[in-house]
Amino acid sequence: MTATARSPKKAAQPDADLHLKMLRQMLLIRRFEEKAAEAYALGKIGGFCHLYIGQEAVGVGALAALRDDDYVICSYREHGQALVKGISANAVMAELFGKATGCSKGKGGSMHLFDAKKGFMGGHGIVGGHIPLGAGLAFASKYLGNEKVCVCFFGEAAVNIGAFHETMNMASVWKLPVIFLCENNRYGMGTAFERVAAVTDIVEHACSYDMAAELVDGMNVLTVYDATRRAVERARKQSQPTLLEVRTYRFMGHSMSDPLHGVYRTKDEVEEQKARDPITNLANKLKEEGVIDQQGLDALDAEIVAEVEQSVKFADESPDPDPDQLYTDVLAD
Amino acid sequence: MPTLTYRDALNQALREEMQRDPNVFLMGEEVGVYQGAYKVSRGLLEEFGPQRIVDTPIAELGFAGIGVGAAMGGLRPVIEFMTWNFAILALDQIVNSAAKMLYMSGGQIPMPIVFRGPNGAALQLAAQHSQAWESWVSHIPGLKVVAPATPADAKGLLKSAIRDNNPVMVLEGEMLYNLKGEVPDGEHLVPIGRADVKREGKDVTLICHSKTLAVAQKAADQLAEQDISAEVLDLRSLRPLDDEAILASVRKTNRAVVVEEGWPHAGIGAQLVDLIQRDAFDHLDAPVQRVGQADVPMPYNKHLERAAKASPEKVVAAARRVLYLD
Repeated sequence: MTATARSPKKAAQPDADLHLKMLRQMLLIRRFEEKAAEAYALGKIGGFCHLYIGQEAVGVGALAALRDDDYVICSYREHGQALVKGISANAVMAELFGKATGCSKGKGGSMHLFDAKKGFMGGHGIVGGHIPLGAGLAFASKYLGNEKVCVCFFGEAAVNIGAFHETMNMASVWKLPVIFLCENNRYGMGTAFERVAAVTDIVEHACSYDMAAELVDGMNVLTVYDATRRAVERARKQSQPTLLEVRTYRFMGHSMSDPLHGVYRTKDEVEEQKARDPITNLANKLKEEGVIDQQGLDALDAEIVAEVEQSVKFADESPDPDPDQLYTDVLAD
Repeated sequence: MPTLTYRDALNQALREEMQRDPNVFLMGEEVGVYQGAYKVSRGLLEEFGPQRIVDTPIAELGFAGIGVGAAMGGLRPVIEFMTWNFAILALDQIVNSAAKMLYMSGGQIPMPIVFRGPNGAALQLAAQHSQAWESWVSHIPGLKVVAPATPADAKGLLKSAIRDNNPVMVLEGEMLYNLKGEVPDGEHLVPIGRADVKREGKDVTLICHSKTLAVAQKAADQLAEQDISAEVLDLRSLRPLDDEAILASVRKTNRAVVVEEGWPHAGIGAQLVDLIQRDAFDHLDAPVQRVGQADVPMPYNKHLERAAKASPEKVVAAARRVLYLD
């Protein structure tokens, strides 16, 4: 750890390192996304930009349960998971800016972050379209016997897509080492899940496919970590899939073009959920345990803010892709 | 040289490539225990086992996507569609995942996957089972598309497709599976993107692919009886197209008829006509004619179906028009 290492009672907590790491990762996502929102407002980021603010505990808790070489595949709300999987803030911000130094060379943008070497297999833009890809990565792991598992993140709205059900079925029949991690943030854009879903407890879908499942509090990073650890063990040791329904909440609009609240949810509801902020929760817990004090927290935050500001500077100063990049990477040799 | 059916030539290609590379596997409906809906995978389950010959549920979108994911994970999947009619359920995976993966990842993730199965009409299968999708898949950058017409080309193109590091659509033909022809043993690779002059001629070029090769050859026979020398150019590959071979033939004969299975609107023929008018305009002695499926859903009745399909008679008539004989 860096600034937080000054915390006096750290050594007394066996999990303190891990918890501080999680706190740092969640704060990094929060500060990164706040900067991304600013840059979007300034016109530095174009297209669609879906922020992860409010949902940090899900990506951070889940990825803490993985080996470095495990696979992660996501929908288009994937900045957070990309950062935690080890893509630098510089490379993610530069990708949002469409720059040549971005993790997808400026060709993917916010919705298509990739780093194959780090096992980050993308942001994908069609709701539910990447769910079979996650199972396919697990199929490859099982075929090759490399014991890599795959965590496939998707939102609750993707559960109404046929690809979800087809994939759940095959993953169960073929015993694939995949974790289907549904981030239930309640709203598909502006549509409340219960308005469009006959079964609102997503975890119950696992029964149809004879699959293990857990309902998880997504505002508590440690709960997410524990549940994902159990699922990862099931995948790695028994080659069995799991469905995790992780209940979370997005504090921002669906994308930067969408309102925070209005016709589909009330301001009061958003405020109520913000009181459950997963970062504040963990910070308070660690303060109570004496793992970190306010001074340490402030120092950590300052360090992260500086890292994120540096990423904006890096992205700003990075070159656009060369014009000849237009025609490269269409076909492989 | 041994004589094989088109079906067995494909089977040989699959077997040889699976023997050559342990990361090649076949996945699809009925490919294993049932030995293939059209018996293309006959004997492969026994030789390679259920890990590499994978029977799927009827879930084209799902297993096409699992194939794409497996390719991301380092394998070389061959995904069989029982027919391309059902592949349209999987188009999201072909178009949004397979075709774009390399590009949107900035060149990080190649996509060595084959999607294959019979394409186009057979006999009296009616509207939903009688569709030729080559213009749809050929439209997409990031895909390669081949449509072999002979057993030798079927083997050589499928082998090349499996070794290619890009998604390759292999369009076979239900009516071709029993077609016999000489097929070279062992290492026989037909390069993707290379057309083949199946019959030399000097008066008119008949441009065809897949099942329309037989139509064009019969038409060429009939034209020969009228002292018209037709060249038959088999495209074999629809994306990339072999522009040079097409232009070379048209520059020689100065006249062309495109024969295809698909519907005329925005079809493969439209692409060929665009190429020819742009790059061989001064060599053309007549507007290019097109023969394809009637612009209707395929009817069931056999007389109506026959009327809807490309035929040697229609090609002869089109050839006579470009020669200003009628």
